[in-house]
Amino acid sequence: MSTTSEPALTSLPEVAAPAVPAAGLRTAERRQRRLAYLQVGPLALVFLVFFVVPLVLTLVVSFWEYNEYEIIPSFTLQNYADVFEGCLSGGDLCTTFRTYLSTLKFCLLGWAFTLVIGFTVAYFVAFHVRSSTMQTVLFLICTIPFWTSNVIRMIAWMPLLGRNGLVNDGLMSLGLIRTPIEGLLYSDFSVVLAFVHLNTVFMIVPIFNSMMRIDRSLIEAATDAGATPWQTLWNVIVPLAKPGIAIGSIFVLTLIMGDFVTVGVMGGQQIASVGKVIQVQMAYLQFPAAAANAVVLLGAVLLVIVALTRLIDLRREL
Amino acid sequence: MLRDGPRPLSFYLLAAFFGLFVLFLYGPTLTILVLSFQGPQGGLTFPMNGVSTFWFSRLWAGLGVVDIWAAFRRSFALGLVVMALSVTLAFFAGLAFRKGFFGQGVVFYTAVASLIVPSIVVSLGIGLEFRLLDDVVKALAAATGWGFLQDHGTLMGLFTSALGAHLTWTLPFGLLIMFAVFNRFNRAYEEAARDCGATGPQTLVHVVVPIILPSLVGVALFGFTLSWDELARTSQAIGGRNTLPLELQGLTTTVTTPEIYALGTVTTGVSLAVIALSFGAYLWLQRRRARSGLMPGS
Repeated sequence: MSTTSEPALTSLPEVAAPAVPAAGLRTAERRQRRLAYLQVGPLALVFLVFFVVPLVLTLVVSFWEYNEYEIIPSFTLQNYADVFEGCLSGGDLCTTFRTYLSTLKFCLLGWAFTLVIGFTVAYFVAFHVRSSTMQTVLFLICTIPFWTSNVIRMIAWMPLLGRNGLVNDGLMSLGLIRTPIEGLLYSDFSVVLAFVHLNTVFMIVPIFNSMMRIDRSLIEAATDAGATPWQTLWNVIVPLAKPGIAIGSIFVLTLIMGDFVTVGVMGGQQIASVGKVIQVQMAYLQFPAAAANAVVLLGAVLLVIVALTRLIDLRREL
Repeated sequence: MLRDGPRPLSFYLLAAFFGLFVLFLYGPTLTILVLSFQGPQGGLTFPMNGVSTFWFSRLWAGLGVVDIWAAFRRSFALGLVVMALSVTLAFFAGLAFRKGFFGQGVVFYTAVASLIVPSIVVSLGIGLEFRLLDDVVKALAAATGWGFLQDHGTLMGLFTSALGAHLTWTLPFGLLIMFAVFNRFNRAYEEAARDCGATGPQTLVHVVVPIILPSLVGVALFGFTLSWDELARTSQAIGGRNTLPLELQGLTTTVTTPEIYALGTVTTGVSLAVIALSFGAYLWLQRRRARSGLMPGS
């Protein structure tokens, strides 16, 4: 990474090297190496204790038995059998498949809208805004809401979408509708709306980042070679913005797949999602069942990520 | 490409689209900001029934059974701790990655995974971990009979499990920012400091930190605001005492007065104040740096 990215500066230590005896250099190098472990240690420890071990425990506990009072450390596959109960019998879809199907629907809708909106916004700021100060300002305008509370941004839709909300009132006073539309709030519509509202920023930032790295002379070359603006967009900018698109897609898809807050608040606690199933099972202290669901969810998320990371090398993007 | 000449039609169309997007982004939040100043007789929706700070004073007096201000203080304290830890740990980890070490790939991909693994899974895992730890402590208490272990409640809490849960969310952002910073960092400054006889720590304190301070402010901004608003990862990883976002989520179903808007305005106000403070500090540091002639990377 950084050591290789600054070849111009490697000459400095080389000049200094002969002055230091070889053994001393090796000691210094070893000391630096030891120092690196000390410096990264605390961060690695946090990830170990609060991320790696919890995931391993989740996997282990998903194979444990439980009753109303306690979890019992003895091996069983029952939790997974429960997750997929009725899924192999054919006929009607089992609960798990229905839930995943519903989540998949939200994923596709949320992804499509955030991608189109995010790409358009990033494209405007990256290629149509001329001063770099203005670019920074507009970029920040897009990202500031990311640093404010998601729950409040969800609540904020209620006075707009409710039965007597601004949208219904507006439509009625315009004479477009006679009775208020009921399905604006606590419906699939409001859930998708909130997903787009909350997650478009995760598309804008990486796509904008990719676009800003595009060499402007390439676009000039395309124009000189007679490409129309559409052709330039489709054949030059979109392919070069692909890493950003992939990173943004990973973010949006995984956020929606694991969501239970947005579906809960905007769906009026009526719409199922995998995250919500896990949350409910935790509330009933059915930890092994929740763990099995979490492992299945993680597997689904990993599939999506593997598919998308084939397209990019994340580290090169920073 | 479009640096000169008249603006094409597409510019105006895209500008209009951008304007609509900003309206979509900020409109709803502005709505509850306005509605939180609803008159005493006013309800959850428009029209405004007079203008007052009635709901703020109601909020100040507390929201019934929920001690909202205790939650407020808890979240604020946690946010500050998460901020401090995120900046410190990410900064030193960034230094380590620059040197390179065995296993750096593993640490890097763990951080990225921590960002991407669904929050509910992380939260469940931490919750399980602490429950199992509690079981171990209780078994130990029964086996040894040690007095100080006997009335053990739970290890789960604000500055144990919840703090850890928040760090799994803020540290990856901090680390990615540090990567971006050190990728653009000109090592000549450090070499110069070393040639002038500065020790390692002196180089860090007097050269590296001042140069990257604006970016550290950025990490701090992420640390505090993401913790202040964090909900999904905290949900299963906190004991009985909730953070403010958790209380807020609970209130969405129970509170039917504009008090909840007032609370929304106050919380958003805190976020915006922190954002403004960070940008102020960032710009001030940049200007100071420019004055003293330290403009690396340019």
